[in-house]
Amino acid sequence: MNGVSARRLLAIVKKESLQIVRDPSTLIVAFVLPVALLFLFAFAVSLDVRRVPLGVVLECDSEAAQAMAASFAGSRYFRVTPARDRREVAAQVVAGRLRGYVVIPQDFDRRLRSSDAALVQVVTDGGQPMLANFVANYARAAATATLSERRDGAGAGGIVLQPRFWFNPELESRRALVPGAIAIVMTMIGVLLTALVVAREWERGTMEGLLSTPVTLIELLVGKLLPYFALGMLATAITATLAVTLFGVPMRGSALTLFVAAAVFMFPALSQGVLISVVARNQFTASQVAMISAFLPTFLLSGFLFEIAAMPAPLRFISYFVPARYFIAILQTVFLVGDVWSLILPQLAAIFALGALLFLAARSRLKKNLER
Amino acid sequence: MRLSFVRLRAQIVKELLCVLRDPKSRVILFVPPLVQLAILSFAFTLEVKNVDIAILNRDAGGAALEFVQRATASELVRRVHVATSEAEVAAMLDEQRVLAALVVPPTFSRDARRGQATVQVLIDGRRSYAGQIALGYFQTIAASAGMGISAGNVRDIAPVRHWFNPNLTYRWFVVPGLAGVLLTISALLLTALSIARERELGTFEQLLVSPCTPAEIIVAKTAPGFLIGATLALLMEATAVFGFGIPFTGSFALLFGSMLLFILSIVGIGLAISAVCSTQQQAILGCFALAIPTMVLSGFATPVDNMPEALQWLAQAIPLKHFLLILHGSFLKAMPASEVFANAWPMALIAAVTLPLAARLVRGKLQ
Amino acid sequence: MDSAGVTLDNVSKRFGAVEALHDVSARILPGRLTGLVGPDGAGKTTLMRLMAGLLTPSAGEISVCGFDTVREQARIADLTGYMPQRFGLYEDLTVLENMRLYAALRELPEGEQADAFARLLAFTRLEPFTERLAGKLSGGMKQKLGLACALMAQPRVLLLDEPGVGVDPLSRQDLWRMVRELTREGMTVVWSTAYLDEAEQCEAVLLCNGGRLAFDGPPGELTARLAGRAFRLANPRGDRRALLTRLVQLPEVSDGVIQGSAIRVVVREGAALDGVCALAHAADSEAEPVAPCFEDAFVDMLGGGPGGVSLLAERMPTVTLDAGAAVRCERLTRRFGDFVAAENVDFAVTPGEIFGLLGPNGAGKSTTFKMLCGLLKPSAGMAQVAGIDLARAASDAKSRLGYMAQKFSLYGLLSVRQNLEFSAGVYGLSGAEKKARVAEMVETFDLGPFLDAAPAELALGYRQRLALSCALMHRPPVLFLDEPTSGVDPVTRREFWTHINGLVRKGVTVLVTTHFMDEAEYCDRIALMVRGRVIALDTPDALKARAASAQSPTPTMEEAFIALIRASEKAEAQP
Repeated sequence: MNGVSARRLLAIVKKESLQIVRDPSTLIVAFVLPVALLFLFAFAVSLDVRRVPLGVVLECDSEAAQAMAASFAGSRYFRVTPARDRREVAAQVVAGRLRGYVVIPQDFDRRLRSSDAALVQVVTDGGQPMLANFVANYARAAATATLSERRDGAGAGGIVLQPRFWFNPELESRRALVPGAIAIVMTMIGVLLTALVVAREWERGTMEGLLSTPVTLIELLVGKLLPYFALGMLATAITATLAVTLFGVPMRGSALTLFVAAAVFMFPALSQGVLISVVARNQFTASQVAMISAFLPTFLLSGFLFEIAAMPAPLRFISYFVPARYFIAILQTVFLVGDVWSLILPQLAAIFALGALLFLAARSRLKKNLER
Repeated sequence: MRLSFVRLRAQIVKELLCVLRDPKSRVILFVPPLVQLAILSFAFTLEVKNVDIAILNRDAGGAALEFVQRATASELVRRVHVATSEAEVAAMLDEQRVLAALVVPPTFSRDARRGQATVQVLIDGRRSYAGQIALGYFQTIAASAGMGISAGNVRDIAPVRHWFNPNLTYRWFVVPGLAGVLLTISALLLTALSIARERELGTFEQLLVSPCTPAEIIVAKTAPGFLIGATLALLMEATAVFGFGIPFTGSFALLFGSMLLFILSIVGIGLAISAVCSTQQQAILGCFALAIPTMVLSGFATPVDNMPEALQWLAQAIPLKHFLLILHGSFLKAMPASEVFANAWPMALIAAVTLPLAARLVRGKLQ
Repeated sequence: MDSAGVTLDNVSKRFGAVEALHDVSARILPGRLTGLVGPDGAGKTTLMRLMAGLLTPSAGEISVCGFDTVREQARIADLTGYMPQRFGLYEDLTVLENMRLYAALRELPEGEQADAFARLLAFTRLEPFTERLAGKLSGGMKQKLGLACALMAQPRVLLLDEPGVGVDPLSRQDLWRMVRELTREGMTVVWSTAYLDEAEQCEAVLLCNGGRLAFDGPPGELTARLAGRAFRLANPRGDRRALLTRLVQLPEVSDGVIQGSAIRVVVREGAALDGVCALAHAADSEAEPVAPCFEDAFVDMLGGGPGGVSLLAERMPTVTLDAGAAVRCERLTRRFGDFVAAENVDFAVTPGEIFGLLGPNGAGKSTTFKMLCGLLKPSAGMAQVAGIDLARAASDAKSRLGYMAQKFSLYGLLSVRQNLEFSAGVYGLSGAEKKARVAEMVETFDLGPFLDAAPAELALGYRQRLALSCALMHRPPVLFLDEPTSGVDPVTRREFWTHINGLVRKGVTVLVTTHFMDEAEYCDRIALMVRGRVIALDTPDALKARAASAQSPTPTMEEAFIALIRASEKAEAQP
């Protein structure tokens, strides 16, 4: 058996780097798409409720009713369409132009004095459950507040909550989403690109030429993956810089921690890419498998967009095998909180363990001949 | 532009056979999207439940205990971690072991008797959305507790009726939308690869030396996307209605008609990609680069209303954005014909631009 | 210690249920060029990969320079240079970058690198192109670069898998020169090919058929079996194609081909010559005995040629073209940016003629060909098919031409029947006419048993029949063939030309591009293109005569081709 030869290794690294530089589609996936993706996640995806179109039907002109209406109109959460008749706004809810409406009834003042009458009526568009829920909760809280104010005199009664959003006091979901987008970019470079380029060697027959030389499998693997590792780290640097400078994400941890985490994350990503290409051996199948086994889980089951806790048990179980789940927790923490090693170290260990698993699987499928 | 019916028919038959003759490829066309619909509709959720919270109760009084009990008795909360110091609360938040922490001050019971008590709610800003939902929930509890009425009675103060989806079943919203997304991806990939594949195999030249015109080629190439897309859409709708029990209140004919328009517009985009690409890899990456913004900007994941103005304009060019409105409208809201038409014409416009563009591009390759 | 470069001991290889190789034993000696010959699907590539250690035999053992390919696989890579069928080069790297990569992989000592590169570049004549991307090289240059990479660090065994496919005669000559030099130095060289004129140049031949070794020895040994059985009929009067048809129908004739204006026949063992002589005399010709060639021996071994009657041609109605020329181009020019791929190409093909378009890789013959069948728009000039201008009525012109691409371009996802029906449909046939035409093709080409199979499941010969029947479905008066028999074995090639000859006799005009000289021999006239221009246009015999010189008074078609191109290059060098 030949030992590992630095020269052969370097030759493969150099060849792969040249191919990356010369193929525009690789560069687009590595640099243009990440920026576009970051931009989309920063501006298009927003989980913050802002300016929800809402109808407020004022059937009564009393001062109390006006105050009630103002509590909606004055909120940053709503864009209010005032109306006199509920029929005016009902049609707009059906058409989807309003997400709901609140009726402040004619006998609002009498209801305010009575003990068990409903103060306002709320109708929402249940077709958008997230917004419907929000409108309902807000209306209840506003009605309750008005009621307690009126009943007990100004400023008295009830329990007041003093909320504080740690790490993200302005409550911008962008700050949590942009780090998540970095994980998606890294997954695309690590898994999709790697799977495609290794599959391309099989498809074009160049693998046959490589295998007939004295190059060893370890040299081949490491040599092929190093440039993509570097590409991934470069993309991390670019996206992280953009996140901080352009999208106003704070950087409370150290850059070193970020790069260590990114480097560890490349391990399962690259291993998965190689595994896919060895199994698929053609680009079309490889891209399909990469989409289903890497991109979708990173997008859906990593917890940065959708709450894992709210998913059914089988999906929660699967999410433990998604490396991005751990990586995104680290990213969000490094950006928004700081170097919390008690959180970061266990996540790194999990990423590394998944990487080792995938690497062993890829290694066992790779042979230095054309037998399958 | 001349179209020969005989030639066209031969090409359409060819296109359909290419995707449908092999039983394995028939399975690949239909099964994965349906399985994805069934599984992913559970993953796409903006519901918040089963979260862990921390309680730091510094008051031994009964009022504090009652508040804590109220606050933690809900399906929102899965596990309550009892903390004994602020440092412990901070560590739990830092390490993401809890989403939020309630800090009850030592003076709580006394303050409550006097009129106004305060409770600090510390929330992990990394999970801003879940945090806001949890806060809203705690606020309702706090308001009701202060008035000495039960949380249930708060509902009576402001009775809410959720139209179209009385129990706010989140899946009723997700499933039709997800069906639209999966339909987009299937139809896009199917058509985007069709010309690129023929080019790689050399059959495209064979087609170009025949008397077939570029218009015929493009018309024929819309056939598989159309037929398979429509079948898939019907299967998904059936899954939504019979599998997930989602009510269908609108006009099926209108939905079906606009669905055909929708598929046509997607097929147009796919063919335009395909005509530009010379290899399948380029076509795959092209689809990929297009599928992500489509998913993000269509309003499927988050409402279009929340986006900046410029992106809302960009979203107009995405067929899925229009089709999603029709889908949600037809399923839950009994959307009237006028509204369906209002959302359908932009898709017709997209198809009217992309299909001739694809034919031009095919011809352009001959130059 | 065994002196053989490669020893095969009862080697078998199966892939699932298919046995690709069965019990092959042979010794391949160093210092000798060994040809690995056989028809498509004979197991040549499998054997190559086994010898390179890329596959493990299902039974038996292979040793390369005394090392077992399975147990000592790591050593094999040091000892062998392997050039796979598809080059194994990186198209997005330059010539020099490819060479550097393989030099490092094969651990060529860095001190020797400069010398080795200089030697290999001179050897392959690639010096002027070191900075060019491998993907931009012509087929011949790619093969030479592949060879240079395989030769890095001087292997003791060189394995070349079909290096001759897609390579023009000039480059092929270069390849042969290089390989001969290497064998002289004592290297063990294995050259696999489906072309028997290549095999004939080898010193030893392994002939595979259906996964079994059918012959092992010098090619002359096989050829000697045919002594006294090969004849040539020079300049027969009348239609030589009709004469060939009648000749191969004789029971005593096992094989026959056209060579320019002459006909070459091989008779069966111990058969009388009366019939052949009678036909020869009737055409004012003589059956002169000639030396048999390896191809004769090969075809004979496989049971003779495929008979002479083309049912297809029998059924095809006679085509008459009103136009003066079946294909005409005037000052046809095509530019790609600054590069002129075809410049002022002028010729007219008369109806019922086989017209060949020849030239080295990159000479512009594909460009011209594509313009003539409407796949490329000319930058200037005019192209007509069957009297119709392609620029004015492309669709009409296209419906009057049939086109068969190099790779046969069949729809792999459609069955044989569906492929036929599709071709009929796109050429506007429908109803009863379509049904009748498809049935006719099925009967003519004997496709009945395979109607529901996918084209990929068919043997190569049947795939070619299917491609031809698809191209002829609409009975076009003009047929375009783009390297129709590239990589196809001689028996299948003969069958194909039987049909083409039959069609021509019915008045069909055929335009063909090719790299293979026996194909060129079938043509009535040949246009030879170099650097985008036609440098010679004449009958094959006239071209050969033009290239005749004192050293070679009767050049072969290949020699004539090379001589004419060299002459034109020389003329260009001294303006």
